[in-house]
Amino acid sequence: MKSPSAGFILDSMRMAVGSLWSNKLRSLLTTLGIVIGITTVIGIISVIEGLNTAFARELSNIGGNDTLYIQKWHWASNDWELTRKWKNIEFRELDAIRESSTLCDLVTPLVRTVRTVKYEQNKISDTLVTGVGKNYQEMRQIFPAAGRFLTDVDITKNRDVAVVGWEVAERLFEHDFPIGKRIAVGGKSLRVVGVLEKRGDFFDMNLDRTLIMPIGSFMESFGRYRSLSIMAQPRDRDRVDEAIDELRGILRRVRKVPFGKPDDFAINRIDALKELYDKLTGGLYGAMFGVATISLLVGGIGIMNIMLVSVTERTREIGIRKAVGARRRDILFQFLTESAFLACIGGVIGILLGYAAAILVDALSPVPAQVKWWSVFLGLGFSVAVGLIFGIYPAWRAAAKNPIDCLSYE
Amino acid sequence: MSLLSCTDLVKTYQLGKLSLEVLHGLDFHVDRGEFVAIMGPSGSGKSTLMNILGCLDTPTSGQYVLDGEPVAGMTDSDLADIRNRKIGFVFQTFNLLARQSARSNVELPLIYAGVPAAKRHEMSKKVLEEVGLADRANHKPNELSGGERQRVAVARALINNPSLLLADEPTGNLDTKTSGEIMELFERLHEGGNTIVLVTHEDDIGARARRIVRLRDGMIESDRKAPRSGRDARP
Repeated sequence: MKSPSAGFILDSMRMAVGSLWSNKLRSLLTTLGIVIGITTVIGIISVIEGLNTAFARELSNIGGNDTLYIQKWHWASNDWELTRKWKNIEFRELDAIRESSTLCDLVTPLVRTVRTVKYEQNKISDTLVTGVGKNYQEMRQIFPAAGRFLTDVDITKNRDVAVVGWEVAERLFEHDFPIGKRIAVGGKSLRVVGVLEKRGDFFDMNLDRTLIMPIGSFMESFGRYRSLSIMAQPRDRDRVDEAIDELRGILRRVRKVPFGKPDDFAINRIDALKELYDKLTGGLYGAMFGVATISLLVGGIGIMNIMLVSVTERTREIGIRKAVGARRRDILFQFLTESAFLACIGGVIGILLGYAAAILVDALSPVPAQVKWWSVFLGLGFSVAVGLIFGIYPAWRAAAKNPIDCLSYE
Repeated sequence: MSLLSCTDLVKTYQLGKLSLEVLHGLDFHVDRGEFVAIMGPSGSGKSTLMNILGCLDTPTSGQYVLDGEPVAGMTDSDLADIRNRKIGFVFQTFNLLARQSARSNVELPLIYAGVPAAKRHEMSKKVLEEVGLADRANHKPNELSGGERQRVAVARALINNPSLLLADEPTGNLDTKTSGEIMELFERLHEGGNTIVLVTHEDDIGARARRIVRLRDGMIESDRKAPRSGRDARP
């Protein structure tokens, strides 16, 4: 038994190209299902990969992944009916955690608002203003590009000072050196002591359009009656769950939650954000899987159909080939090559369209999209597989034909 | 020893419940270098015999030995291999691949023989010259005349240097003049040492062969050497 030589494979491919080329329009229409399927696969994988990259980058931007956030709302659910009745989280809770927690070494309060910031005639609206306490810088790992960060003294003395984000500095000061200048935020005058390093975007949220000030000073200006977020950093990466249990105990005691009642606070962690994110991308993957499966199935059936037609049309050709020495497997191989090639054309068109779609999405929407090199191989692999699977039956029919009948076929 | 020998060849077709015996224990031998015409009215079994001789079909019983290889009972794949190596077909309807050039058509058997492309081109060039179509190599069948098409088919049949050239009504679709040209080509090939078996129902075509076998009702009716016509007589 001889196996097909490289030369024969090449000849089969050449024959496949020739035969498909002579039916250009038909071939193209046949591949439509494959095109749609592969476009979907490439497009959605690109979007998900883009989101993944952005997400991973931003997660590292907003601090350690095992930081716990004690807040009045859950990240992963939006059960406002329940959470709005909860008592505010106040300094009492913060002090209790600082005093009693053995498993969290770094704890800081956090409050936020969005304001317009002014310097002389310049102003920048929609700036995220954050009031922070001790340990904030250590926990967030953010650093000044110029000047200094807030000191513990700034914080304990409630000084009217601020560290501004890159974009805020750039837009307000233009040619002036920002350090030492006074800016106005919501009617309050603050002295700039530092400018943060450039950090980029988190999706369409600009992390450089930000201002950080001592929490006491923040509350004097923007109101005392707001719920704090408390960030707590577990000392030991492997004991995060224990740390959560400890925090719950402390908070329930301070907030006097009766035994048997549910918590009236949430302990959020990045993992919860990740769960939310996974839910989102899981949905996307599901949609991709659905659309791709259906269109590849339709595409495959289209290919099978056209190959069956082709086998019938070329009955005489099959007879001739058999008469001059083509074995069953030569014919099988020839038609399989053809259907795989047909599907592959669809795959290539799909990859190009998917690529184009990803570029468009990236350019025209806030969703970042990235084409991964492996998705190209995945797309090609899928289409070739569809071509082979749906090509087997027609090819087998061709191979099984009797040469005498084929030669007398009109 | 004969190039091909059939012993007690029986072929039965099953048509539903009806079994139809087309060849009834035929004995038939051809020596190397012979030029044989198989003649007979339609229904005489000459096509069936032709298909068996060409290894397109196998006998229901009996022996068929081609060039020392027993063909009866061979698998599909072995038959394909025998056809590829030992047999060259010429058909009434030419049976060329319409989308391919004369050269590609001629090279087709070599593809299945696993001959590399460069060697194929070399060989196809040679046989196309032999049938007088060197300048038509790149033409598609629909750009060729009937006689030219049949010569392409002959070139294809010759390219593997087969033991046996089988022609099934090769002039059936050609006018008289072209038929003559094709028959001259066969005579030349015969003189060159090729073994040719030709199926025809036309007496004047059969008369060009050196031996005429007449079939009737699946039996050999007569088998005689043809007297040499004066034109072909050699000193």
